[in-house]
Amino acid sequence: MSTITEPRPKPAEAPTRKGGFTWEQVRAALPGAFRKLNPKEQWRNPVMFLVWVGAALTTVLAISEPFIGGPADSGGTVVPWQFTWAIAVWLWLTVLFANLAESVAEGRGKAQAETLRKTRTSTMANRVASYDPATDAAAERAATTQISSSDLALGDVVVVTAGELIPGDGDIVWGIASVDESAITGESAPVVRESGGDRSAVTGGTRVLSDRIVVRITSKPGETFVDRMIALVEGASRQKTPNEIALNILLASLSIIFVVVALTLNPIASYAAAPVSVTVLVALLVCLIPTTIGALLSAIGIAGMDRLVQRNVLAMSGRAVEAAGDVTTLLLDKTGTITYGNRRASEFVRLGGVREQDLVRAAALSSLADPTPEGVSIVELAEQEHGEFDRNTTGEIVPFTAQTRMSGLDLPDGTQIRKGAGSAVIAWLEEGGKRLPSSLLAELDEYVERISQSGGTPLVVATKDTAGEGTLLGVVHLKDVVKEGLPAKFAEMRSMGIRTVMITGDNPLTAAAIAKEAGVDDFLAEATPEDKLAYIRKEQEGGNLVAMTGDGTNDAPALAQADVGVAMNSGTSAAKEAGNMVDLDSDPSKLIDVVRIGKQLLITRGALTTFSIANDIAKYFAIIPAMFMGVFPQLAALNIMGLHSPASAVLSAIIFNAIVIVFLIPLALRGVKYRPGNASSILGRNLAVYGLGGVIAPFIGIWVIDLVVRLIPGF
Amino acid sequence: MTWVYALLALATVAIILGVLYRPLGDYMAWVYTSRKDWKVERGIYKVIGVDSKTEQTWQAYLRSVLAFSAIGLLIVYGLQRLQQWLPYSLGLPAPSEHLSFNTAASFVGNTNWQSYSPELTVGYTVQFAGLAVQNFVSGAVGIAVAIALVRGFAYRRSGTIGNFWVDLIRGTLRILLPIAVIGAIVLMIGGVIQNFNGFTTVTTLTGATQTIPGGPVASQEVIKLLGTNGGGFFNANSSHPFENPTAWTNVFQVLLMLVIPFSLPRTFGRIVGDNRQGYAILSVMAILYVASFSILTALESAGMGTAPELAGGAMEGKEQRFGILGSTLFATTSTGTSTGAVNSMHDSYTALGGMMPMLNMMLGEVTPGGVGSGIYAILILAVIAVFISGLLIGRTPEYLGKKIGPREIKLAALYILVMPTLVLAGTAMSFAIPGIREDVENTSIWNPGIHGMSEVLYAFTSAANNNGSAFAGLTANTPWLNTALGVVILLGRFVPIVFVLALAGSLAAQDKVPTTSGTLPTHRPMFIGLLTVVTILVTALTFFPVLALGPLAEGLM
Repeated sequence: MSTITEPRPKPAEAPTRKGGFTWEQVRAALPGAFRKLNPKEQWRNPVMFLVWVGAALTTVLAISEPFIGGPADSGGTVVPWQFTWAIAVWLWLTVLFANLAESVAEGRGKAQAETLRKTRTSTMANRVASYDPATDAAAERAATTQISSSDLALGDVVVVTAGELIPGDGDIVWGIASVDESAITGESAPVVRESGGDRSAVTGGTRVLSDRIVVRITSKPGETFVDRMIALVEGASRQKTPNEIALNILLASLSIIFVVVALTLNPIASYAAAPVSVTVLVALLVCLIPTTIGALLSAIGIAGMDRLVQRNVLAMSGRAVEAAGDVTTLLLDKTGTITYGNRRASEFVRLGGVREQDLVRAAALSSLADPTPEGVSIVELAEQEHGEFDRNTTGEIVPFTAQTRMSGLDLPDGTQIRKGAGSAVIAWLEEGGKRLPSSLLAELDEYVERISQSGGTPLVVATKDTAGEGTLLGVVHLKDVVKEGLPAKFAEMRSMGIRTVMITGDNPLTAAAIAKEAGVDDFLAEATPEDKLAYIRKEQEGGNLVAMTGDGTNDAPALAQADVGVAMNSGTSAAKEAGNMVDLDSDPSKLIDVVRIGKQLLITRGALTTFSIANDIAKYFAIIPAMFMGVFPQLAALNIMGLHSPASAVLSAIIFNAIVIVFLIPLALRGVKYRPGNASSILGRNLAVYGLGGVIAPFIGIWVIDLVVRLIPGF
Repeated sequence: MTWVYALLALATVAIILGVLYRPLGDYMAWVYTSRKDWKVERGIYKVIGVDSKTEQTWQAYLRSVLAFSAIGLLIVYGLQRLQQWLPYSLGLPAPSEHLSFNTAASFVGNTNWQSYSPELTVGYTVQFAGLAVQNFVSGAVGIAVAIALVRGFAYRRSGTIGNFWVDLIRGTLRILLPIAVIGAIVLMIGGVIQNFNGFTTVTTLTGATQTIPGGPVASQEVIKLLGTNGGGFFNANSSHPFENPTAWTNVFQVLLMLVIPFSLPRTFGRIVGDNRQGYAILSVMAILYVASFSILTALESAGMGTAPELAGGAMEGKEQRFGILGSTLFATTSTGTSTGAVNSMHDSYTALGGMMPMLNMMLGEVTPGGVGSGIYAILILAVIAVFISGLLIGRTPEYLGKKIGPREIKLAALYILVMPTLVLAGTAMSFAIPGIREDVENTSIWNPGIHGMSEVLYAFTSAANNNGSAFAGLTANTPWLNTALGVVILLGRFVPIVFVLALAGSLAAQDKVPTTSGTLPTHRPMFIGLLTVVTILVTALTFFPVLALGPLAEGLM
């Protein structure tokens, strides 16, 4: 496998997009917000549709009032002439603010969609007329025809050479090439794609930088990866998730109850009190139905998807994002997620009678010319433990080969230094019938065994002088280094109720050692794709939700089986098809972020729902006394905020109801801050902030607004 | 001193209920999970052709509930309409069509709203064969539905939720009947009458003649309370000395009403395999009950005006032998359990005090609610509380290992829609439709003005919540109120049952999600507090506007 350039992880979030929204975003979103005033658009959201109907109704009333002799008395109170107008305006603003929230959320995806669209421009493709993989795999002799990329069909085979755009999604059937995928990943470093193996997938719209490849097209035009990405980031194909549907049902049911309350109030009031005006009834209804969450619900969903996009993860469905919040079992690949993926020297173990500095020097010299991370780490460790040494030692470099299984350096004085697998080094020393003393071999065996058992790789170091006399010096302990802070992170996961399982191809002994060090709950050693699939099935049998990452074609069944399957963008198209998310950075540790974002999405919804419902208490205390103070002055006892007049109380409640949406847009877009913890502590904190806060905030807000509203003449 | 007595009364009730909680709860759990039938039960199954070993799907269970209740409705209606030809009718004529319908609906719906004076309207045959039978079986139906829902939580990947006929017969024979026998004996010891004497004419000390009705009161009385029915033998209900002679029988009656509803949480915890869940539900019920009792007692003791101040409290409409405490304890219990029996006239309570029985009902009867209906109502609210708190901790919500998805929320949301809609629409229609309004204003309402509105509101609240108590100043024996209240009773009883059983089916079909530290514990104080608040917010808050027009406007004067 030739991975020349691994894509570097990108900074998680561009700084400009971090908090809430900017004025430019608002300006860009305004036209969309007005367009959404169309009742057809509103129909999808029952709560806001009710507000829309109320706004339309009060507008009609406001227009007709001058002709029917001013606004009617409400609940025995004379109403100022501006009242209906003011309510109508603020109701329209309420609808507009809700639209604005959605537009701003969508706007953040629009920019990304624009750049993606550019890659979709039609190019010319060299289609191979009749591809014969057996005799002409490189398609050098076959005839090609030039057709537009938009005319390509599933199964077509095309030839792409350096400098050309790949015309459609497909798998490389022949060749190797470096490809610039910056158009979709934003990563400027080119990646290598080659036929066979797990890096054969190419994406339409990306550019081949070198070499020539033959690609079999795997997607229809219009259904390519880029097409799907555009639809996703624009929110066009956003479907409501099960949880969002459930919440919508609950909100609709609360709205219906309050519609019943509003509709039945006047008949009942007509008996012993005085009926209230339609405007006040509409105001009561709008205040009581959960407008805050109703207005922000879709923005929260879009923003949640967007947060994933910002982290270069594409969720193929919102359902997957939500499922991520529920995941109870995380399957994590050892390499790249738990360990750095390359082994590092951690210790020099000298054999009896050898001077430590001899061992360290030999190990360092043999690694000087070794560019692998292992080699570099040996030199670093040597310098760390024994100070600087002469890096300019000259000599002939002996590179590692599969035959010798050793590498090293031949010094000008004829001394040979080698490091490598134990058996290979011993064989080298015993060349020409020499025998090493068995006590020495036993000692070496002991060290090698100890290092292996602890999950490390032993690297034996030896020298041979000009006379061919060999000396066994010791062992370098190469260790799979676990990333810093992982045990804490996994403990955090545990407290969130998530089990972490390490997947590795290592033998059980090594796997157990690394699992222990990293603090995962379980591990799957010598894991084949079938093992993974079986493990996922077993977990799901027990009711767990499983998330995993994968890139190979043989990962596809497991990715499809998992509740959240994150496919690496570097993987095969089969893997990408099977998973429900694609990580453009191909960073398996992203899975943890995905879980966090899923939870954050749900919490944001819950927080604003709680806030919205809790608001009703204060609104009741504003509106109920105001409605009937004319006939029952004693209800003034309920006016605990001391609002100025019935008209100003109702208007203040409506204004608060509208303005609070604007105040909460940043929260909806950014998401509620998620701090891991166990269920009780999270619930306690969020209930205190959004429940108790939701009770108190409107009392203060309405009171303050009333202080201003009372200055309007007539109120 | 009132508070010392209040505490003592509460403590007495609480201690006795506390002692009974575990044995009775466990016993009931055993009744509904045991695989063995009694001999007499096997006989009944043979007669009605039921295989007690087969369970039903939720649809079949629902069909059985509805069919059984429909037949009950027809029988009670028919018995009344044919009364003049029945034996032991005491020479009473058949009640009118609308009254017969209202009474039939009311007893089949476990409501026992009585638009009539029982001792002057129904003879012994209707009392026994019609009303008393329904007092047993309508209670047993309530418990059966509750158990079906509990099974929904307990079962895994099951297409069935139990067998209605088995649940019905076991509930009647193994739970209600034995306790009723003991209770009747205790009541008779306390002085409640039990005879078949009909009307006795006596000459009073002053020489006037009086006709005193007798009858099998004790046997009726016990199931009226135990089954949270509430329909008294006498019009005066539990304030009549033949029904409730002394202060201690009064406390005993309170206990009879509370004992099953307050023990069912244990049954629930037992069947789902986690007794702590039962304690959590019990706590919510108890918190709301104690709060309501305290507020009502405070309001009634602090009754303002000359008469209450002289009497040391608002004594109008209350029996001297029970005093304020005996009355408020009974009223809180009766309206909190959907019983609807009264030992004092709620209509005569102080304006704000009168709001408390109404609020108990408006909470959806969960403090602790009727037999069975209380626990299923609060479990529905728990589903909603779990949904909101699940969102707040970032997991799609689950309760007792069952995921609360769109279908579950839809059913819970429809459930909570029913009661407020019935109450408000019924009240509004009484005033909105001109012909009806005239009738209500001129015939039914005897206290015009705000209080008259409260009386109508109380009537519909009582009917929709299957309570049966009344602001008795209202004359309800009119074609409109009999019919409307009868319909509201039936809808208020059976529409929610449809949603409860559908929910049971949907939960039973699910597998259980394992509990992790990320799962919200639903037995801790925080959830108890949350469920209490959700109960108040999603139910009672709906009624704030109409309450402002009624009791609040009247009481804040």
